[in-house]
Amino acid sequence: MSAPLTTAVRQKNHAPTEPQVVRWLLIGIALIFLTLFLALPLAAVFSQAFEKGFSVYLAALREPDTMSSIKLTLITAAVCVPLNLFFGVTAAWAIAKFSFPGKNLLITLIDLPFSVSPVISGLIYVLIFGLQGWIGPWLQAHDIRIVFAVPGIILATIFVTFPFVARELIPLMEAQGKEEEEAALVLGATGLQTFFRVTLPNVKWGIIYGVILCNARAMGEFGAVSVVSGHIRGMTNTVPLHVEILYNEYNYTAAFAVASLLAFLALITLMVKSIAEWKVRQQLNNT
Amino acid sequence: MKLFKPQNNVLPGFGPTLGFTLFYLSLIVLIPLSALIFRTAGLTWGEFISTVTAPRVMASYRVTFGSAIIAALINVVFGVLVAWVLVRYRFFGRRIVDALVDLPFALPTAVTGITLATIYSSNGWVGRFLEPLGIKIAFTPLGIILAMTFIGLPFVVRTVQPVIEEIEVELEEAATCLGANRWQTLQLVIFPMLLPSILTGFALSFARGVGEYGSIIFIAGNMPMISEITPLMIITKLEQFDYQGATAIACVMLLSSFLILLVVNLLQRWSRRYAE
Repeated sequence: MSAPLTTAVRQKNHAPTEPQVVRWLLIGIALIFLTLFLALPLAAVFSQAFEKGFSVYLAALREPDTMSSIKLTLITAAVCVPLNLFFGVTAAWAIAKFSFPGKNLLITLIDLPFSVSPVISGLIYVLIFGLQGWIGPWLQAHDIRIVFAVPGIILATIFVTFPFVARELIPLMEAQGKEEEEAALVLGATGLQTFFRVTLPNVKWGIIYGVILCNARAMGEFGAVSVVSGHIRGMTNTVPLHVEILYNEYNYTAAFAVASLLAFLALITLMVKSIAEWKVRQQLNNT
Repeated sequence: MKLFKPQNNVLPGFGPTLGFTLFYLSLIVLIPLSALIFRTAGLTWGEFISTVTAPRVMASYRVTFGSAIIAALINVVFGVLVAWVLVRYRFFGRRIVDALVDLPFALPTAVTGITLATIYSSNGWVGRFLEPLGIKIAFTPLGIILAMTFIGLPFVVRTVQPVIEEIEVELEEAATCLGANRWQTLQLVIFPMLLPSILTGFALSFARGVGEYGSIIFIAGNMPMISEITPLMIITKLEQFDYQGATAIACVMLLSSFLILLVVNLLQRWSRRYAE
């Protein structure tokens, strides 16, 4: 998903265009469609959350099970995002700065988690670590719990957020070439100095873009986490799973109150993403 | 590793970075996914076929793939329109609208699910106006199409948008100079250039719809044979501790998503024929 950052923008001031009436009609249809389809649900989340007033809203968030779900979601993101960030940067360095056979296959494999259904992303870990799984019995004998516990949630989340940083950085680093790094090395910089002082500042906004999307998915993932979590209240419930439980208990106000946290996260994500996108385009146009 | 030694490259770190990439990729993605294939291989062919062609499972394929096709078609129509409007026209709030297009991607699916179910239910913001017309969306198969359309929209817009940005204005000017009217230019010059990206967007939106779980289960009603999606069948089997059954159905889904991935890659190769 997401448009490649590397396409240049050009203003089309003198392009032949449609008659004024047609233009307004098309803009109108697009805006009505997007309002009904996207803006309305977003407004509904907050409206439902505050339906019974601010104090009910706060009380729903202060509930111990909600607090522990928030904590678990934060822990999950705090483990997954740095791991996938480190992977994304290493993979981008190897793929964008060097040429080797099988490169396209490797890129396809990195993208693989995006084309797998979230339910399957959870299932594969149950098949390995579950009681009927490959190493399930061994884990059981040593009293190690992975599925239906926090490690399983983290593993499934790493899987679904796996490609985010890498797939943003690979095209960006390819577009920037390697002349600057070569110059730094010729001038006597070490490999790590080159990376931190030359490469990193160049791809800074690309990294922020990848990280913010990775984080949003890590905190919001539902399907994969639902399969491996076991739904133990107050223990293995992430925020999205807690929303489901509250909703299924017909506790709509609380469900939407917790959901509003995730909707708020989505809004921040969109904002940072737009800024990062703009910065990357600006940087590419300058070089 | 001699084979992989890059020539004429002074940059350091190829070995360790590629090594770590392959290690992490295998650990997180390749080995777990192969577990699915191996577990399916543990079934006899007869067991496999009878599991994946059971009537309830067949019905779930029809619901899932049928709804995903309809949703992707709706997304192609509105997605191309939105992409065109965003690139070609200037209007107040264009940047905000542009950012909002990614909302379905940023909004967690569980939130999408409960919100759509609420506003399209019979007393919801939109549902209450549709109810008198005899249209029920929430808790019917229409709800599945709605949720799939919602989550698939950014895929079409974001695939087509950069291609519209890249169109050379000169081509349109040439067409106009040669006497084409605006409609002819759109139909004969612009549309063929957009076609590969439209098809790619369609395939991506379709693929996302087929695999989607979170936003759909809240709005679908989940009635066996009518509104049960295939990912839900996997969950149902798992909850009954029928690991073999879950694995077999998951394998069918995995194969179908590989097929779509292959089609997308071929489409992208085809679309690049203009680039060279």
